[in-house]
Amino acid sequence: MIERMKAIRAAIVSATIALALWSGFAPPLCAQVKNPYAGDEKMAKLGEFAFRANCAFCHGLGARGGGRGPDLTRTPKKHGESDAEIFNTINNGVAGTAMPPNGATQQGVGMTEEEVWQVVTYIRSVEKKADAKSLGNAEHGKQLFYGAAACGTCHMVNGKGGRLGPDLSSAAAGRSTDYLTESLRTPSKRLAQGISEAMKEFSQEYETANVTAADGTKYAGVVLNEDAFTLQILDTRENLHSWEKSSLKSYEKTRQSLMPAYDEKVLPEKDLQDLLAFLAAASGGGK
Amino acid sequence: MKRRETILVAMALCAGAAAQAQVTAERLLHAPNEPQNWLMYNGDYAGRRYSALEQINLANAKELSPKWAYQTMAGGKFEATPLVVDGILYATGQDDRAFALDARTGRPVWQYQRALPGDIRPCCGRVNRGLAILGDKVFMATLDSHVIALDTKTGNVVWDATAVDYTKGYSFTLAPLAIKNLVLVGVSGGEYGIRGFIDAYDAATGERKWRFYTIPAAGEPGNETWEGESWKIGGSPAWITGTFDPETNTTFWTTGNPSPSNRGIGRAGDNLYSNSLLALDPDTGKLKWYFQFTQHDEHDYDATQVPVMIDEGGKKLIAQANRNGFFYVIDRTNGKLMLAESYAKVSWTKEKDANGRPVPAKEGSPTPEGNRVCPGAAGATNWMSPTYDPQTKLFYVTAREQCDVFSTAPQPYDAGHAYYGSAYFPNEDAAPFYGALRALDLKTGKVVWEWKHVSPTWSGVLSTAGGIVFTGDAEGNFIALDAKSGKALWHFQCGASVYSSPMTYSVDGKQYVVVAAGSALFAFGLHE
Repeated sequence: MIERMKAIRAAIVSATIALALWSGFAPPLCAQVKNPYAGDEKMAKLGEFAFRANCAFCHGLGARGGGRGPDLTRTPKKHGESDAEIFNTINNGVAGTAMPPNGATQQGVGMTEEEVWQVVTYIRSVEKKADAKSLGNAEHGKQLFYGAAACGTCHMVNGKGGRLGPDLSSAAAGRSTDYLTESLRTPSKRLAQGISEAMKEFSQEYETANVTAADGTKYAGVVLNEDAFTLQILDTRENLHSWEKSSLKSYEKTRQSLMPAYDEKVLPEKDLQDLLAFLAAASGGGK
Repeated sequence: MKRRETILVAMALCAGAAAQAQVTAERLLHAPNEPQNWLMYNGDYAGRRYSALEQINLANAKELSPKWAYQTMAGGKFEATPLVVDGILYATGQDDRAFALDARTGRPVWQYQRALPGDIRPCCGRVNRGLAILGDKVFMATLDSHVIALDTKTGNVVWDATAVDYTKGYSFTLAPLAIKNLVLVGVSGGEYGIRGFIDAYDAATGERKWRFYTIPAAGEPGNETWEGESWKIGGSPAWITGTFDPETNTTFWTTGNPSPSNRGIGRAGDNLYSNSLLALDPDTGKLKWYFQFTQHDEHDYDATQVPVMIDEGGKKLIAQANRNGFFYVIDRTNGKLMLAESYAKVSWTKEKDANGRPVPAKEGSPTPEGNRVCPGAAGATNWMSPTYDPQTKLFYVTAREQCDVFSTAPQPYDAGHAYYGSAYFPNEDAAPFYGALRALDLKTGKVVWEWKHVSPTWSGVLSTAGGIVFTGDAEGNFIALDAKSGKALWHFQCGASVYSSPMTYSVDGKQYVVVAAGSALFAFGLHE
């Protein structure tokens, strides 16, 4: 069995070398490289295991998106839609994003070529084609965003809006519909991630800070960053503060988001779909 | 000058130089008696990471200031602890580099960079934790599975021994341990289905003197704890530096997870000697006894934490704060368990056996849909060194409060290819999720005080006779705390997470404290 796998790998290695040589000059050729496992359920299952071990840390169990990586059950894919392009995305990473090249995670030598194809096959098997539910009215969603729902008070989309919450310009490209819905309905359940420092294992989250300064002034805001001795926040009036914690009268941090919960009374299902449609359109995902 | 005279003078000069800074095996035995030096990874053979230096103390710690920094300019985690001998600092860095610095100024006197092959198999970064020293050589174990000796004056390679074929998933990351005329190392590779071992090399020649396989072969006692042939690829690496008890001529080593790390199917049984404390004869590598912390592990709970030797109340003990969340105290004369007390949130076990040892609960096994278990895969602590302070009689350990969701992902074994059998993810409800430096009472294992970290950290701990414990955090702070109370005395922002264990030394009557953070070594001393 192992010998057979090696033969397959050798074949795929040469295909991949060719792929790598072509990709710089004539990208469309990549699409002609065939997935040797296309539609093979057994291979998709193996791909699921490889996905869990190598991809799910960022892209979540079931490829539905995690804290860092986009939902891969969505189509079309931002960085190429063909099997060969997805193979390339996995193998070469995506420059300028958190997506590393295969084997560049300092975790050994990475996935074998056949494993990458298995993962591609798995991703194909969990894709949802057009999600009818998400086809709300983007124009009405935009009106809600900057009007009645007041999302724009705290969130920016493509340069317009407030600063307190995360910028949502690419939220729909990187997050599943379920995730976005959960964020709207129950914002405190899973806080959005903020700054990630180069050597730090975990990102700062959008926690809520309640501070009483030395002069008795009270501030509420989101924690931009924090260490054992200092605190950096953006208050609800969009003022930046950085304090030595020892100088404060009081400091309390909670995981109760400053964002109000948009339940069905506040935001009926149809309006929610319209908002999601607006976010999808804003991030280019609704094309 | 005549030619012959020139040669004689040159020989005399060389001889004079060679006589200086010889680190004899005898000096290593009495390392605590020369606190101006730091002669091995954890400071002494007991693994206490404690220094008798007290120039920096409770009264003046607030005056600490940076003295120098040395930049490796290398990326990735900088996990090394330097050695200092008679004013020269020796250390390693990322990508298997080594260097010697003037310990007063941080100015390099030599640098060594190993030419690593492109297809090495480190599991967790291109890291190296440091050197051992003996005679006029420092010893380094490399990511491509060699053990090498470098000349202390020049960094020249004196010998280079191949331990094993790295393409099968083996590597070295630990600082070796020099005992008598031998250099001991343990191998990494628990993520690759290796068969772990501990080796001893002749310090003079690099010749291998013995190898102890951490998994018994067919026919050897303990082999029956593995299902079928699974022992051949059962992991059980030994990737943290051991300790040594000269009185009983025993060296103590700890081992890591069975492979595949997070999937027990196919390797039914206790899987000896994974996740164990091993008592070995340093001359022969013969096993005297063992104690297994976690049987049939499915959560990557390597026991590769320092087995600290402590003599207390007439008893000869080993104390270890284990990655599985328990603080163990063991009689080091016979391996008998005396105490097992949790020091962090634990959910993988629900009961203890007749000997007081926690046993894994069936409900804790990874499942296809994911099973939340505490501690997470990175453990309640990890390789970062703890410290034992004989003045306070407290054991200080970096605790990580983090749980993970463990999911199964079966995969076939393929030599040299990652072999996890499972995946894990940070749990989404994010609680608990923080770190702490915890001071544990040796007698009860109870937490006497804790210094809370904003997030889990990978920094080790140093204690000193000045009444201070030093540690770092993931946010980049290097911190001095009162060893008795845990109160912060001083801190410095290094600009990157601390992934190392600090040390201290003294030159020209001035005490320094050194820690690696980001790409730099930072040295601190009292403000002048």
